[in-house]
Amino acid sequence: MAWRKAFAGLAATAAVAAGLTACGSSDNTEAASAPKDPAAVKGDITFLTNRTDLQTDGTWKKYVAQFNEKYPNVHVKVEGDTNYEDDVKTRMNDPHGYGDVLLIPNAVAPEQYPQYFESLGSSVQLADTYRFDAPKSVGGKQYGIALGGNANGVLYNTQVWKQAGITSLPKSPDEFLKDLQTIKAKTKAIPLYTNYKDGWPLGGQWTNLVGSVSGDPDALNAMAYNKAPWTEGTDIYAIDKLLFDSVHDGLTEPDPLTTNWEQSKGDFASGKIATMVLGSWAITQFQAAAKDAGAPASNVGFMSFPASVDGKQYSTIAGDYFLAVNKNSDNKPAAEAWLHWLIDDSDFTNSQGMISAVKTAPLPSNLKGLQDSGVTLLELNPAKPGEESRLSDTADQSQVDIWGNLYRQKLVDVARGQADGDLESFFAQLNKEWGQAVSDLS
Amino acid sequence: MSSPTTEVEAQVGTSPARPGRFRSNPAKSTSAPSRRRRAGGASTGPAGRSTLDRLTPYLLLLVPVSLLVLLTYYPAANMVRYSFTDWRGLGPIDHYVGFRNYQRVFQDPRYFSVFKISAYYFAASFVQMGIALYFATILSFPTRFSNFFRGIIFFPYLINGVAIGFVFLYLFQPGGTMDTLLSWVGVSNPPQWLGDAHVANYSLAATSVWRFTGLNFVLFLGAIQSIPAELYEAADIDGASRWQQFRFIILPGIRRIVGISMILAIAGSLSVFEIPFIMTGGANGTTTFVVQTLHTAFDFNQVGMGSAMAVVLLIIVLLVTAIQRLLFRDEKVDLT
Repeated sequence: MAWRKAFAGLAATAAVAAGLTACGSSDNTEAASAPKDPAAVKGDITFLTNRTDLQTDGTWKKYVAQFNEKYPNVHVKVEGDTNYEDDVKTRMNDPHGYGDVLLIPNAVAPEQYPQYFESLGSSVQLADTYRFDAPKSVGGKQYGIALGGNANGVLYNTQVWKQAGITSLPKSPDEFLKDLQTIKAKTKAIPLYTNYKDGWPLGGQWTNLVGSVSGDPDALNAMAYNKAPWTEGTDIYAIDKLLFDSVHDGLTEPDPLTTNWEQSKGDFASGKIATMVLGSWAITQFQAAAKDAGAPASNVGFMSFPASVDGKQYSTIAGDYFLAVNKNSDNKPAAEAWLHWLIDDSDFTNSQGMISAVKTAPLPSNLKGLQDSGVTLLELNPAKPGEESRLSDTADQSQVDIWGNLYRQKLVDVARGQADGDLESFFAQLNKEWGQAVSDLS
Repeated sequence: MSSPTTEVEAQVGTSPARPGRFRSNPAKSTSAPSRRRRAGGASTGPAGRSTLDRLTPYLLLLVPVSLLVLLTYYPAANMVRYSFTDWRGLGPIDHYVGFRNYQRVFQDPRYFSVFKISAYYFAASFVQMGIALYFATILSFPTRFSNFFRGIIFFPYLINGVAIGFVFLYLFQPGGTMDTLLSWVGVSNPPQWLGDAHVANYSLAATSVWRFTGLNFVLFLGAIQSIPAELYEAADIDGASRWQQFRFIILPGIRRIVGISMILAIAGSLSVFEIPFIMTGGANGTTTFVVQTLHTAFDFNQVGMGSAMAVVLLIIVLLVTAIQRLLFRDEKVDLT
């Protein structure tokens, strides 16, 4: 029974997909704008989220109630999952197993989006309204819209930096290293905390900075075709070298193997840690930690990556998790209504201190400092059509996990003298593995 | 292990019991009708009943066997299938690549070199067996609080491996329990137990020893206790020392258990996972083969490749077991 139903659903969606392809790039406007009569939209939908904390504190319940004021006939069931990435990836092997509205797991390659998610409309058209579309656009169609986005940069404890006597923020890696030295000499704080043991703070948080160094919106795309990206002049070289130098000069935590993320928030708030490389999403969490530690929220400062091109500084901004609609959903209009309501009408991004995907929405207040210091917010360009998966494929193939933590942990080990090699030999090894994958894939 | 079985065999062998003996015993105490029915069923009862009788063991076996097939063999067969594909963990499994994954496991030094890390755990397993044997011998003789000490030594094995990982993570922290203890005995400058690449693997292997000594201990203790007490008595009369008793009675008596422990040690040290995964995540040169397999399958999204690595490990462990079977071929232990 279930099989037949699933098969019928698949056949139906295949037909819809075929219809859409037949239309080519012609518009699918009804999906992009809210349906005309909200009361006509009905059905039960399931929403999968990684934010179990918002489930515990009743935020999702509040949103569902607000949503039901507008759409009284849609029943939303929120399902939180603390191990979101792994669980949802497994559940996606069952057509009806991954809810109706969900956050796209990072492990799904772009070329697989059309197999799993409903197109939300043409990318060109949606781009008029929404930011951050590039990573979830395949073949001119949009498969996900960001539930908020972040600026990427460096979190610093304003109090500690002031204590060290630093008055202006660094604008080059050398200045940054010099400032860290000053902090080490003049305060008791750990100048830069890597969060090595938890791992993930060494992954995407650093790679997301690609583009901030050169201000080139194609910097990340170019990496997928560069056979030796760890060469002086590229963004990734500048970023990884900064990490290497900081560790090598003893400016990071003494024993990286015993770091602890939750504890690091409190240590940052209480001034035991001066700096961490994290996206702007962390600001709200760190301000809360500061409050718990009895410190003012203004202790949490945010700066762009220390680099500049002709005096101009850049900070990349990108979508966080992207909302998508399950292709096999039985209640697609209801699912799309919830997706658009969350993004367009709810105060989610505002309350989380994130950048809204809606272009007309104002920037969150926590990025005011960044704007005031004249930093340009930079959104990266989409990959070449048809080659959206190239970068992630190259990373998988070469086992240089630019979105993971394994290679940067190795880099830290080399830098602190616990593994063989030096900066040159380590970068040469990375280039060899990456280059091999680039030639294998082209 | 050998001794209890010989004991049971002896018992069965000496008493002239037919299999029927056990069946007829309860029948005596039950009521007459049931006895008649029982007797009737055995000789001239309807065929359906005896078929059911014959089927009963299979029906009872059906549940565990189907669970075993469903939860072990079927997934394992699937894993073998994945190992011939380049599946990424999502989407259709239809692209077969033959033996390419296996070729890479053996050709790319990145994959096989991590077996070097197993040597630390293998060496540690000898320490572990030594400690276990020492305590098992002592505690098999009448000792004050012997039950209490047995409990203490076995206890770590009962704790969940993840919990142990966290406990030792705090123990090994700079300025943690370990460093505090050492400072009491005058060690002022201890190494970073996990942060120093030259020490990290020893720390992890020591954690493993702490965890698994209890298992070896119980195996040894059981074997030692199954050695007939008369042998010690005779040895005492002959004036043998405790060491001589250990050397000539205990050690030969538990040879097979020691042999099995060796195999468990080899297989265990090849497939170390929980402790390094929880405590270091495989960082700082502590990646074992299984941790590497996990990274390949789920961090690099190469499930096909990861499956091939798992199959290779399975084959290696099977080979080791086969070698053990050849070396310790069902030899009988004769203590008399």
